[in-house]
Amino acid sequence: MHDFTAAFGTALALIVEFDHDLVAIVSLSLVVSLPAVGLAAVCGLPLGAAVAVLQFPGRSLLGTLLNATMGLPPVVVGLALYVLLSRAGPLGELGLLYTPAAMILAQCILVTPIIAALTRQTIADLHEEYDEQLRSLGVGPWRTIGTLLWDGRFSLLTAVLAGLGRASAEVGAVIIVGGNINHVTRVMTTTIALETSKGNLPLALGLGIILVLLTFMLNAAALAIRDVTKRAYG
Amino acid sequence: MRFRHDNGGERATQTICPLVLHEVCYEAGEQRLIDHISCTLEAQAYTMVLGPNGAGKSLLLRLCHGLISPSSGSILWNGLAVREARRYQAMVFQRPVLLRRTVAANISYVLSIHGRPCRQRQTLVSQALKQAGLLDLAGRPARLLSGGEQQRLALARAWALKPQVLLLDEPTASLDPAATQMVEVFLEQISKTGTKIIMTTHDLGQARRLADEVLFLHRGRLVEHGPAAEFFSAPQSKEATAFLAGHLLWS
Amino acid sequence: MPCRILSTSLTVVVLVAVLALPAVAGERFITVVSTTSTENSGLFGYILPQFQQATGIAVRVVAVGTGQAMKNAERGDADVLFVHHQPSEEQFVAQGFGVQRRDVMYNDFVLVGPQTDPARIQGMMDVVAALAQIAATPAPFVSRGDDSGTHKLELSLWEAAGIDVKKASGSWYREVGAGMGATLNAATGLDGYTISDRGTWISFQNKRKLAMLVAGDPRLFNQYGVILVNPAKHAHVKAKDGQAFIDWLTSDQGQQAIADFRIEGQQLFFPNAHKEGS
Repeated sequence: MHDFTAAFGTALALIVEFDHDLVAIVSLSLVVSLPAVGLAAVCGLPLGAAVAVLQFPGRSLLGTLLNATMGLPPVVVGLALYVLLSRAGPLGELGLLYTPAAMILAQCILVTPIIAALTRQTIADLHEEYDEQLRSLGVGPWRTIGTLLWDGRFSLLTAVLAGLGRASAEVGAVIIVGGNINHVTRVMTTTIALETSKGNLPLALGLGIILVLLTFMLNAAALAIRDVTKRAYG
Repeated sequence: MRFRHDNGGERATQTICPLVLHEVCYEAGEQRLIDHISCTLEAQAYTMVLGPNGAGKSLLLRLCHGLISPSSGSILWNGLAVREARRYQAMVFQRPVLLRRTVAANISYVLSIHGRPCRQRQTLVSQALKQAGLLDLAGRPARLLSGGEQQRLALARAWALKPQVLLLDEPTASLDPAATQMVEVFLEQISKTGTKIIMTTHDLGQARRLADEVLFLHRGRLVEHGPAAEFFSAPQSKEATAFLAGHLLWS
Repeated sequence: MPCRILSTSLTVVVLVAVLALPAVAGERFITVVSTTSTENSGLFGYILPQFQQATGIAVRVVAVGTGQAMKNAERGDADVLFVHHQPSEEQFVAQGFGVQRRDVMYNDFVLVGPQTDPARIQGMMDVVAALAQIAATPAPFVSRGDDSGTHKLELSLWEAAGIDVKKASGSWYREVGAGMGATLNAATGLDGYTISDRGTWISFQNKRKLAMLVAGDPRLFNQYGVILVNPAKHAHVKAKDGQAFIDWLTSDQGQQAIADFRIEGQQLFFPNAHKEGS
């Protein structure tokens, strides 16, 4: 129990002092996870909606694939990406290894299936409700995808937040492709891993508490925005 | 009939009436739900499709509109296939499916789908809303309207496209009498402009009020087809007689 | 209207991503792949700023186990290799992956374990005999199991003691496949023995009931070496700046910086770079 009390104390002290290193690490975590989720949404939302709406051969297989890849192990993704981005690998010339860009890429790969699979479910339900009316109005399949995505925006926000949760919590992928380099690729989760390996448990736990708090605040803010706009639009 | 269809003069318009059904059947699995229906519907008459529950009224409407395809037989709108004729029609369902946007946006949405230029849309939207008595609700989120208002919006949306034929599937089944009356008034205005209306209902009073022509279905078969006055005063078949007496509730 | 919100947020997201990419790209830097002991002990945090001040070159350290570090260097993912297993390092150079190996500093390994010391090895001077006693008890022993310099040294000691630890793996011999810190955490959690480098041990903050039990055996000597990754094999290697780092490390200034690094008043690493040609 002593560790937990010490952890809360450490967390509080770090926040109150606005510890310089903490700010840098938190900023980098946001700089990595937010764009990663943004890119994943750009890829995943249309993908999930397309699988839900369009008819094409292999559709149910693709749907199963999306669900399965939700559970991609981060460390495996990190490893695969490392092999690709390594100087000895096919994309080595890009020089992306050990940079935040590689971390954004890794998290994007992890998050896209989550957003796509959840989008597919939401859009499939909406499609059932809207299909006859939209066909009657002469809305083509691609326009349907856009219309359903916009109409389902409140539920889809939850899918995106699920993706954000996964991105900000994972450590396996970013530590391999990022290298946990001080001031360059060190984010909250990798710092927690590092401090744990240094035996500095109260600090690690304290950072963990801050990370959870941060995720909680991001989610609360997003959901508050959603509730306000939902009430306005029904 | 003279067509009433304004699409900005983009293409030569085409009348889609009369509607000719020939030996139309629809099967789902083992069951035959529409059984060899043949008839011709001319323009201008207000056509009601009546029948007990499960008779196939909704199915028939959907077949004519092209939402489902018949298992056999043909459906032609003045020689046009259903898919091509659909753009000159509009359909309103029992429960209105409205988008999560404002009342006005719901109408301008369909106008943009049909390629109406931006500048025209504003005017067309106002016209449609005025006709439906919804002009002062233009900025309200559509989903927050009452049931009756939503159905009037669905009608206004359908009407904004100036269809030649308007199909309605039990449009007032979920509405209270006051809302039902407002919808019926709107429908009569639409009918007066020359739009053909094909509607299903289980409300005999409504049928008597509005119909010019009646199709009576029972178990997927077309049992009677004729002017409304004749149907209500002197039904030819025993099923129709039973139905009008209130005995035949299910197919 | 909805389209505008969407495109605005997308623009913001893309902008942030683009800004993140060249985050420190304007900086002049080299990549050094090293072991966890040099990073986690705080040595790099102490000496690297001094190097940057002297030369203007920043050093990005990727700290992993020796085995992984060498593989990374072989693949060309770093400019400089800085690890502590001389046989492997010499092979690295012999195979053409590195240019030349230089000694930098040394410290030693220590055998740590629970204060209760069930194997009764406290104060022994012969580490091989101590390990034999641990196996005989048998008391839990935590191995890094990760092909690191520490791991390789540990295996050589078991061999000297004539004990086949592969057979015992999973019973009293626990291979955690992790860095030094995680291994020490496991030893703390299991009340087990383990071999650690002194630097990591001193700076480790979760000792609880662990104590240093055996030290001083010459076989526990731990030499660190630094190698420039061969630019002939990997053209992109920053040979000039990498060599500047090696030169600084082995210079009087660098060696003094290493000697000056202390934790709780104790010196962790002892500089021993010989003049060119060692």
